Amino acid sequence: MSVVVYTEFEEGKFKKTALEVASYAKGIANQMGTSVIAITFNADDTAVLGNYGVDKVLNLKEEQLNTFVASAFAKAIAEAAQAEQAKVVVLSSSANSNYLAPLLAVHLKAGYASNVVALPTSTDPFTVKRTAFTNKAFNHTVISTDTKIIGLSKNAYGLKEHEGAATEEAFSVSLGEDDFGVKVENVDKATDKVTIADAEIVVSAGRGLKGPENWEMVEEMADILGAATACSKPVSDLGWRPHSEHVGQTGKPVAANLYIAIGISGAIQHLAGINASKTKVVINNDPEAPFFKAADYGIVGDAFEIVPELNEKLKAFKASNS
Amino acid sequence: MKILVCISHVPDTTSKINFNSDNTEFDTNGVQFVINPNDEFGLTRAMWFKEKQNATVDVVNVGGPETEPTLRKALAIGADSAIRVNTSALDGYQVAKELAKVAQDGGYDLIIAGRESIDYNGGMVPGMLAGLLGASFVNKCIALEVEGNSATAVREIDGGKETLSTTLPLVIGGQKGLVEESDLRIPNMRGIMMARKKPLNVVEPQGADAETKAASFEKPAPRGDVKLAESVDELIEMLHNDAKVI
Ligand SMILES: Cc1cc2nc3c(=O)[nH]c(=O)nc-3n(C[C@H](O)[C@H](O)[C@H](O)COP(=O)(O)OP(=O)(O)OC[C@H]3O[C@@H](n4cnc5c(N)ncnc54)[C@H](O)[C@@H]3O)c2cc1C
Repeated sequence: MSVVVYTEFEEGKFKKTALEVASYAKGIANQMGTSVIAITFNADDTAVLGNYGVDKVLNLKEEQLNTFVASAFAKAIAEAAQAEQAKVVVLSSSANSNYLAPLLAVHLKAGYASNVVALPTSTDPFTVKRTAFTNKAFNHTVISTDTKIIGLSKNAYGLKEHEGAATEEAFSVSLGEDDFGVKVENVDKATDKVTIADAEIVVSAGRGLKGPENWEMVEEMADILGAATACSKPVSDLGWRPHSEHVGQTGKPVAANLYIAIGISGAIQHLAGINASKTKVVINNDPEAPFFKAADYGIVGDAFEIVPELNEKLKAFKASNS
Repeated sequence: MKILVCISHVPDTTSKINFNSDNTEFDTNGVQFVINPNDEFGLTRAMWFKEKQNATVDVVNVGGPETEPTLRKALAIGADSAIRVNTSALDGYQVAKELAKVAQDGGYDLIIAGRESIDYNGGMVPGMLAGLLGASFVNKCIALEVEGNSATAVREIDGGKETLSTTLPLVIGGQKGLVEESDLRIPNMRGIMMARKKPLNVVEPQGADAETKAASFEKPAPRGDVKLAESVDELIEMLHNDAKVI
């Protein structure tokens, strides 16, 4: 019996979400009195996983797996989970993990709960709390299969360090041509920017900014705070910003520690996408804007005056507090 | 090309979410149901294949009779026929198994589902369906072209996008981007009249089991009142000392 966790290794290091899912897997392993086994692909150095509660790492060295292919990754993780008699398999909510998890569930004939936000409230019956209705509610889900798959929401559990060391073992799987039926032709990734998916801070702006030419001050704030930029739906519909920045019920969910909304009214569809964020700050010139009812902090005023001043003062604050 | 579009019947995006008195069920009182927004993009992309490449388009839903108006709407938008698998949707796995049966029986080349339904947000039906069928799968699909037996798709990744090539049969989890929002079809009078005459076939379920159960629901705790800053300095002070986020 074990808890298996898939830890994503990209661009020479483990993703922060990999350390978060490892921390979470350790939490479950403690509840169940068992150990944590991480599976990873082509990692150079796996030692760091030991600091987050992993006991053993199966490091699969396979050139074909240098590029992410969901079906092949799902099969490899399934074989590792079976070999380790996994009771629970934990994954993150990255685009890749969300992609492979349902395929993995079919391989393992396992029930799968995505968007999980906390440790199981009970391990028998196995019950987890997950978000539903795009963050407008929570749902306590019972998974009844022998093996359970959990997709952990970002930033929901956090990093928990442990004293410990992980041993590494080589692991190999039998992959055939069939497992690579979908081929990656081209990857187009903005590498120098913080992405919404990984960001702890998100600076978002809406139609109140009047036009794409006014986004410089939003990007400047994101630079100062090390944040990702985002926007409301009309802004991406109007082509002021790329679709990939559209946040909300029909866009991306944001589970950041800090979400700053500039010139966004706070329509229910927008709020649904950001409810999972911890601290929400609103800058809006309309004191009646619905966003103020959903926010923790706010300032009523014109974004074109407040944002430049805030940027200057944040810069000074950062300089004197670093 | 034979296309099957999976249609989830979901509360419309402006719905206030409520549960029954013991919090075990979603309260549908006063709730308007619509085609899941992610599926709407897929349905419109399917109409494009129908018009430009002579594809046939069927739509399917796993659900009780109450979902028929949603299927009729899809017919009014232009689908050729509809299938309703006559059972309640219990979880993603059960729905995927029922859909796999329909897909197999109909011999579809392309199956379009939404990346997730906006009610339970499981994000599992398209992937499980592909896994059960042994078909190719592309999730978070934002562009799709099909030529003969080959497909090119673009999917969203964290911080960018990726172009993929594959062969049919293919299942996609689609979303906004598959077509422009301004191109989404709205049923017109002629479509609505025609939809009345199109077949809506009710098939009995194979009786697949669910593997998960939504045992109870809970609403987020109400938040305290917003704290308003009078000045930018005060806002920074609040974020640093009170919220401790900067
Ligand atoms: C099916 C469906 C799905 C949807 N999904 C989403 C979704 O996923 N995400 C989403 O965001 N929306 C979604 N919407 C749209 C949503 O209903 C709202 O229309 C949208 O969120 C409004 O965007 P906004 O706040 O940027 O613009 P507006 O509603 O125009 O609000 C602009 C705000 O800026 C403020 N403002 C104006 N000038 C200034 C200034 N100088 N300084 C400071 N503040 C200023 C105004 O007071 C106002 O509050 C959806 C709608 C539908 C029908």
